[in-house]
Amino acid sequence: MRSQANDDPSRFSYYVTDAFYSELVEDFSDWQTDDRAIEDAVERDLFRRLLEQEARILDNLLFEDWLKLFAPECAYWVPSTPERGDPRREIAVMFDDRRRLEDRVYRLRTGYAWSQAPSSRTSRLIANVEVFRGRTDDQRMVRSNFIISEFWDNEIRTLCGWAGHRFRKLDGQWKISAKQVNLLDCDQCIRNPSIIL
Amino acid sequence: MTTLERMRIPPRAGNAPLFDWDELVQDDRVHRLIYTDPAVFDTEMTHIFGGTWVYLAHESQIPNANDFITGKLGLRPLIITRDSEGAIRALFNRCTHRGTTLCRWNKGNARSFQCPYHGWNFANTGKLRGVPWPDGYAEKLVRDPKFNLAQVPRVESYRGFIFGTLNVGAPPIENHLGPIKKPIDEWLDRNPGGKVTVCEANRFKYKGNWKLAYDNSGDGYHVIYSHQSLLETENRFKDEDTAKGMSYYKQQPDEQPMYIQYMGNGHHFKDKRPNLEKRPGGLWAIESLHPGMEHVAEKLRAKYGDKAEQLLDLAGSEPVNINVFPNLSLLGNHIQVFQPVSHEETDAIWYGTRIDDVDGSIGEDALNDINALRMRTQEGFPNFGEVDDITNFEQIQRGLQCIEDEWIYMHRGLGIPGRIETLKDGTIKGPATDELFMREYIREWKRLMKAEPDIAIRREP
Repeated sequence: MRSQANDDPSRFSYYVTDAFYSELVEDFSDWQTDDRAIEDAVERDLFRRLLEQEARILDNLLFEDWLKLFAPECAYWVPSTPERGDPRREIAVMFDDRRRLEDRVYRLRTGYAWSQAPSSRTSRLIANVEVFRGRTDDQRMVRSNFIISEFWDNEIRTLCGWAGHRFRKLDGQWKISAKQVNLLDCDQCIRNPSIIL
Repeated sequence: MTTLERMRIPPRAGNAPLFDWDELVQDDRVHRLIYTDPAVFDTEMTHIFGGTWVYLAHESQIPNANDFITGKLGLRPLIITRDSEGAIRALFNRCTHRGTTLCRWNKGNARSFQCPYHGWNFANTGKLRGVPWPDGYAEKLVRDPKFNLAQVPRVESYRGFIFGTLNVGAPPIENHLGPIKKPIDEWLDRNPGGKVTVCEANRFKYKGNWKLAYDNSGDGYHVIYSHQSLLETENRFKDEDTAKGMSYYKQQPDEQPMYIQYMGNGHHFKDKRPNLEKRPGGLWAIESLHPGMEHVAEKLRAKYGDKAEQLLDLAGSEPVNINVFPNLSLLGNHIQVFQPVSHEETDAIWYGTRIDDVDGSIGEDALNDINALRMRTQEGFPNFGEVDDITNFEQIQRGLQCIEDEWIYMHRGLGIPGRIETLKDGTIKGPATDELFMREYIREWKRLMKAEPDIAIRREP
């Protein structure tokens, strides 16, 4: 058995505890309220630019750079219902911790991920960016709407919805500690859902 | 008392055979037309998705009186409901007036359904309760059974799995399942109280025929190729004690103790359990790496000692594929359903399952941890495996556009003496990568396509 001393979240998953899930569910409930909205234009622009940077990195298939945008302990969550539910009791379309996020990238890089051979080409539009105060001073919650145009297998299709990013300030830098992607059709059958959202 | 109705006008005038089915389905190969021809698909929608038992839903999706979900039998939209008396019914989601679907919600609780078009109102037994301004009809509509909703005449459950057929001559569901009941029982009985609860799903669509998924469901030959990215990913850490996931396919899979078994009536069973160490924790040992697993494993081991291993096994993916023709597959902890959309489009829905603490022996804390982990293990294969399979299914459908190159082969294992064994109960067993299950189930498909099932719908009297 491994020791808990080994706390590298890229290798071992010790941080995904019941408390981690509770905090995640709580942070992503009832957070989009006017009294928590941040009006400061400079700060709003900072987070808008972070989302645009993320979109550009993903459009350019720079997945390793994308991983660097995340905190070491993080979650990537695509709920399977519009109500989002509790990931402890419901299957999600995707629910990754740090290691599984790296699995996701690793798989795409094996050369044998037939669902992405050849890779999709994507163009992401991010809009309606709103920044909200988080539970603590070193956290922010950001809502954005997105449209991903995806060219794959000779056709272009659209994936759309809204995303919630939870940012946490680590060593003076804002890192994504959780990203929740809400596809409009999250509870419907989706053809080849294999790109990173 | 039931009122049965049979179609007066069949889909094709004269009901002449479409094809020589013996020509299309041979001992070692099948013709591309069974995947590509819309007329074959139309016939399947009565002879298969109608003519034999089809999986409709799981009872845990409608636990209370008046709960309903919407679903399909072939292309027919259904309301699957537990009426006020507790009877499970599969109502055609079609107003008897003008044909409008009555219910447009995925799920809910309702004693009655009112048509959004002209307001006809039906009880969840299917009986017409009333229509607006009834004086405008010469007769009393509510007294005429023909205005009650059509419903699937035979709906039967086996241990929570709800099946329906329009074939009033079909044998009882238990007889129809036959030998496949044993693996179903074992799959259920490894869970507390022998039961599972459906909890959302990973839902896929692919542009290909539904049989491509059923062909795949017992296929041990594709694993290391179609899923190479998955196998490499789940074994990317070289310091792990055991090879993870389906690594046992990597070396001489036909010499491993796992096997494929044809169970009759189109059902088949891939059993990979014999490859595992037979001990509590044997399943958990090969589970690939998922969010929270080290935390939960250490916590449970500290609290429960040796008993933790069997708890962890409950979060592990049971290594079986229990395939119930034509549209149900129990694999890992999933209830997978194949839903035909057209001859070249299919929905494949992987319902997740969680466990319940039926007798309080697990305790709330451990139950929550195990279920959270079980959610994460179940997301693994759909995300990192199924996407590659459905891509290959789509590419088969495309390849089959080569009209002159007619045949698809399923003869792996055929003609090799001693490779395949017919057991006393009539089931047929062979090595893991054998295609015997494809040959056998497609033979059953052919029998059903040739047959003249006694198709009917039922209405409340």
